[in-house]
Amino acid sequence: MKLWNRLMCYCRRRSPWIFHMNSGSCNGCDIELVASLTPRYDAEQLGVRLEGSPRHADILCVTGPVTRNAVGAIKTVYSQVLGPKAVVAIGSCPATTNVFIDSRTLDGPLNVHIPVDVFVPGCPPRPDAIVQGIAKAAEILAARGRTQPETAPDAGEEEP
Amino acid sequence: MNLITALARLLIFPGLLFAVPFAWFFLWVERKSVALMQGRIGPPFMQPFYDFIKLLGKDMPERSGVGGLLMKAWPLLAVSSAAGAVALLPVLPASGGFQGDLILLLALLEVPSMCIIAAGFSSRSIFGEIGSAREAVLSVSYNVVFLLAIVSIAASQHTFRLEALAQLPPSFLRYLGVAAILVCLPAKLHLNPFSLPNAEQEIYSGPMTEYAGPELAMWELSHGLEWVAGTGLIATLLAPHVTLGWLAILLFVAISIAIVLLLSVLASATARLAIDTTVRFYWQCTLIFAVLAISSAVFMGLRS
Repeated sequence: MKLWNRLMCYCRRRSPWIFHMNSGSCNGCDIELVASLTPRYDAEQLGVRLEGSPRHADILCVTGPVTRNAVGAIKTVYSQVLGPKAVVAIGSCPATTNVFIDSRTLDGPLNVHIPVDVFVPGCPPRPDAIVQGIAKAAEILAARGRTQPETAPDAGEEEP
Repeated sequence: MNLITALARLLIFPGLLFAVPFAWFFLWVERKSVALMQGRIGPPFMQPFYDFIKLLGKDMPERSGVGGLLMKAWPLLAVSSAAGAVALLPVLPASGGFQGDLILLLALLEVPSMCIIAAGFSSRSIFGEIGSAREAVLSVSYNVVFLLAIVSIAASQHTFRLEALAQLPPSFLRYLGVAAILVCLPAKLHLNPFSLPNAEQEIYSGPMTEYAGPELAMWELSHGLEWVAGTGLIATLLAPHVTLGWLAILLFVAISIAIVLLLSVLASATARLAIDTTVRFYWQCTLIFAVLAISSAVFMGLRS
């Protein structure tokens, strides 16, 4: 049983399937995420596969500053990703809402609504930074496993 | 074929114990060769195995009622019938078989695609339903050619026994039939010019959209086993007859890998066709080819 758990941890680390979700992004981070799968950066070496359905994914990659329209969709998609799962916030927008801060059309940042494991800052971040963020999220995923509880949404605890 | 040899063929060789690692290997060869042709490095050798184990450890969505049970049943049915199809292949010389095993093989090869159609509809996802409809249209188009090609080979030799077919001297008609089967394989395996049911940019994952965790692992495995069965059928028809057991296995594996590489090259070199173009391709271009094959087979049968 212990051996099976170790094998499972190893396989989780080596096979992170990602689902890409845009929550009102300007498309800058989205093309950088796609660029990280192209021949120059080739995230498939790490076992990364861009999946079409959130049901298949392990890691949810969110771009954009979380517009009001997107909040419901983010929560739905987050609950559709089955555990164990991790969330990577790509770009400065989901981390801080970036230059759109204090806009009345926004309801960000992302970690108000769902727990975020890895932030990849940048406007947009470089593809190698995104690949590194996904790799880090895969390690978190492997360490978390099935037995440990997932972090509950911190309702604005870390806000200043 | 008694019960013990039948079980040994289903579970050990060329059944599950042999076919499952081979299914993963073929999935890796496909992904790796596509990556190399795109100038990437591609996934590590054990990647399909990692994916399978990881999927087994994922949570499952809660589903209730008959729909939930059916969604659990389809992937298991697909895997078991694909494994059964692999087990029927006469890889070893003098491995037995029975009169009519070719018909059973064709039926078992068809079950996974039926399961995919049913799975998409029972998932009640709109993308699943579109994917299933596409799979149904595709299977109606390519199966006519696929079945006519195999029937023409069998009719010319007056037998429906796979081993007897594999041992007969090669003829022009057999190569014609193999070429027709080869044209149908990309559609059967959902590869690129005909990858309509799982067209990711259009309908997400098609019939698989709602599947997750262990069920998805079973679908991946059944896809891999379909690879082994499909390429194995061609390898059986193409391989020259040898009496040595290990040489027969080696030839079988070598021809299978060559076909996997051929199909991967085709998949990475082409873009996806629209559904109407695909149906027209199968009904107009290749049907003539298949009718030619079967009429010459009947003619040969009458003459001999």
